[in-house]
Amino acid sequence: MSTPSAFDPHRPPSRELLDDCVHCGFCLPTCPTYQLWGEEMDSPRGRIYLMSLAEQGEIGLDGALHEHIDACLGCMACVSSCPSGVRYDRLLEAVRPQLERNVPRSRSDRLFRNVIFALFPHRRRLQVAAAIGVVYQKLRGLPAMARLTERVAGMGATFARLAALEALLPPVRLRDAFAALPERIPAAGTARRRVALLTGCVQDVFFHQVNVATARVLAAEGCEVLVPRHQHCCGALELHSGRELSAIARAQRTIATFEKLPVDAIITNVAGCGSSMKQYGELLADDPAWATRAAAFSATVRDVHEVLAELEPVAPRHPVRARVVYHDACHLGHAQGVRAQPRAVLRTVPGLRLVEAAETELCCGSAGIYNLVAPDAAAELGARKAANIRAAHPDLVVTANPGCLLQLRRHLAATSGDAFVPLMHPVQVLDASIRGTAPAMD
Amino acid sequence: MTRIDATAQRGFDRVLGAENVISDRARLRSYECDGLTGYRVIPALVLLPRTAEQVAAAVRVCAEHGITFVARGAGTGLSGGALPVADGVVISLQRLRRVLAVDPVDRLAVLEPGVTNLEITKAAAPYGLYYAPDPSSQQVCTIGGNVAENSGGAHCLKYGFTTNHVLALEVVLADGSVVTLGGDTTEQLGPDLRGVFLGSEGTLGIATKVTVRLLRTPEAVRTLLADFPSVAAAGEVVSDIIAGGIVPAAVEMMDTLAIEAAEAAVCAGYTLGVPAALVVELDGPAQECHNQFERVKAICEAHGCTRLHIAADAEERAAIWRGRKSAFAAVGRISPDYFVQDGVVPRTRLAEVLSRIGEMGEAVGLRVANVFHAGDGNLHPLVLYDASAGETARAEKLSAEIAELCVELGGSLSGEHGIGTDKACSMPKMFSEADLELMGRVRDAFDPGGLCNPGKLLPTPRLCGERPGKYRPHPLEAAGVIERL
Repeated sequence: MSTPSAFDPHRPPSRELLDDCVHCGFCLPTCPTYQLWGEEMDSPRGRIYLMSLAEQGEIGLDGALHEHIDACLGCMACVSSCPSGVRYDRLLEAVRPQLERNVPRSRSDRLFRNVIFALFPHRRRLQVAAAIGVVYQKLRGLPAMARLTERVAGMGATFARLAALEALLPPVRLRDAFAALPERIPAAGTARRRVALLTGCVQDVFFHQVNVATARVLAAEGCEVLVPRHQHCCGALELHSGRELSAIARAQRTIATFEKLPVDAIITNVAGCGSSMKQYGELLADDPAWATRAAAFSATVRDVHEVLAELEPVAPRHPVRARVVYHDACHLGHAQGVRAQPRAVLRTVPGLRLVEAAETELCCGSAGIYNLVAPDAAAELGARKAANIRAAHPDLVVTANPGCLLQLRRHLAATSGDAFVPLMHPVQVLDASIRGTAPAMD
Repeated sequence: MTRIDATAQRGFDRVLGAENVISDRARLRSYECDGLTGYRVIPALVLLPRTAEQVAAAVRVCAEHGITFVARGAGTGLSGGALPVADGVVISLQRLRRVLAVDPVDRLAVLEPGVTNLEITKAAAPYGLYYAPDPSSQQVCTIGGNVAENSGGAHCLKYGFTTNHVLALEVVLADGSVVTLGGDTTEQLGPDLRGVFLGSEGTLGIATKVTVRLLRTPEAVRTLLADFPSVAAAGEVVSDIIAGGIVPAAVEMMDTLAIEAAEAAVCAGYTLGVPAALVVELDGPAQECHNQFERVKAICEAHGCTRLHIAADAEERAAIWRGRKSAFAAVGRISPDYFVQDGVVPRTRLAEVLSRIGEMGEAVGLRVANVFHAGDGNLHPLVLYDASAGETARAEKLSAEIAELCVELGGSLSGEHGIGTDKACSMPKMFSEADLELMGRVRDAFDPGGLCNPGKLLPTPRLCGERPGKYRPHPLEAAGVIERL
């Protein structure tokens, strides 16, 4: 006699995918939460085991399953390390919406998450937040403000989360937060490719200079770059957090905006956005009106490094003499398998010496909204990543995801007495090399 | 899962802190099996100590209340050695994973039991040293588990097993007392209790500190991958290499099915469709390594090698090993379920045992993939089956028959995965009653109350009369002597 599955019938994790796990444990060493806590339930193998028990109706969705799936960073290091080809990414993306739908969260947790999702996917609201942030950062220098922040941080879990948000805030330049790229940037010389650029939300408000550099580098390498003015959030944060309905709506809107452009590739310089846009095909597979369009869209999505690595460099490079650590963003390395290309692109810069830090496969703790909802675990991972990076003695650290940039900035700065380590996106280094200027620091 | 005495539970909470004691049923279930999922038992509690002192304190609570305990490392074992006991506790050692010391002068490392095998080499590498035994699961399996199973690996042909590399052990005995077995030098007086503990599969106590020897990283390493038109031809190459006085660091063989699985998993550059492939690795002083490598190449060619791929650099070498080391788990890609066997045969009977295994598989309509340490005759036949198609019983029978065939051919039931739960009932095929009784007396001397990992390694009437897992008729029931009401 079999008990009915604890999952509802709308896209539950498939038995076939669950059965692919042979319980070998090869995923344990690269799982960040297993590294932190050493508990079976907080390993990919243990989480799949719990999913499987729920699928067989032996445990419910609330309790252990909910807590341990919530604790997962979704870094997908386990997908890279699995010899059996288990698709933990697909399992997680099936289970998270189930939990969001069926397991109520505590009031404070729900509120905090609603605030995050009411803010981050919205460029306009982020601009306002950035403007407030600029004022706040100026005030932060005042002793009264510092005391207030300290008091707030000492007031329990919810405030710890707010404190985490505060600690991550980058120094913002207002002009950047409100700037926009032109709608068309012509290729320098003969156009070799025509591409469209997703400018992103957090990326465009907090790291606008990365978009500027991306457009310039692509143009210098013979790409005509189209930047649709009315683009919106790609839905990555929501997709990775199980907010399926809004993620689907954003996916459809993004597809509709980009699919009519006559381009060879749709480019993003954000790891998280790239991984979600490459997944649209799977996300919309059940919807007859969208399945084909989504699959076609996903097939044209490329990370900026993939395109640059394909193109034989034409723009002359000036030397950038520096020891550089490239930090693999999980959604680029593990989720998209893009590890060699950013390194290859960086190697085209004369004088630049790439050095590897230890534990490159381990997440820095940023993980979308993870460092906001689970600040303690994220901080432990951030400190560990920062120590590994420092041990490689870099002059410069580069990574292709705004979340990682924010997290690394915070933790590389945290250890007082250490030298300041500048951080940037790889295309900014390339841009500096092509233009012959010193790399601009954020 | 059975409830545990309330005073005992309070005792565990007191010595570990309640947050480090798992008692919730759903969470307990994630510990119900190790790498061999066919056997599942839900423990009463899982304990998560952080220090050796906490391990000893928890064991003292067990001793006081007569509670059985099972030590667990990464849970990668393939013989059910870390299978919980229903009314007992699991003591997880996953929070004891500090490298306590690396001494490059005396060439040794002191480790907590939860340190992974590969971490030891990573910690030693800056000094030009490494830890030699390398089970295929080395990235995840722990030194504590390696000690319990006396693990080998591809390179144990030249370098020996875990027992040849462990100098000293700090052990928590069944009464919670802490003793040190062995010492920091290789020359030790008196009976070798360290040696007795190695490979005892958790039945004599829990290792809480392990001192291992480190070796100098070899000056040169050469690795080749050679394809052969038949398993027999590859087998002859192995014999000729050894007969020629060459001791390779490793000689591994894979057959068509195993190659297919490994390629599907990691694209390591193996040739699909060839009947057999050999991985031969030589290491040592550069000149000697170079000369012997030329001889190995000649031997391969003399036996009709169809492709010889020599790793050009460390990356290509790593790719070859990635293919070999992922092979077990990769079989999950070509079959829904499988059993891994671990028999040993004399090297000269490799070709014979493989053709017999092939025939036995054909007779019952199941595929068998073969991956093995050819140099020392340690086979890992993987019996592929589909549980949902009702093939489990047939596959289990074939798997057991293969293990017993190895004994019949003058070999052993297990090379390195251990006896555990899986093969305890086959022990009488290999050992006489007197042998087993003697083993029982050694066990009793360490653990008179039978609290350490009961039911593993040595056959017990309860275990071998009615095996845990899915229902299957008791032999007496099948014979119509008894009936189930």
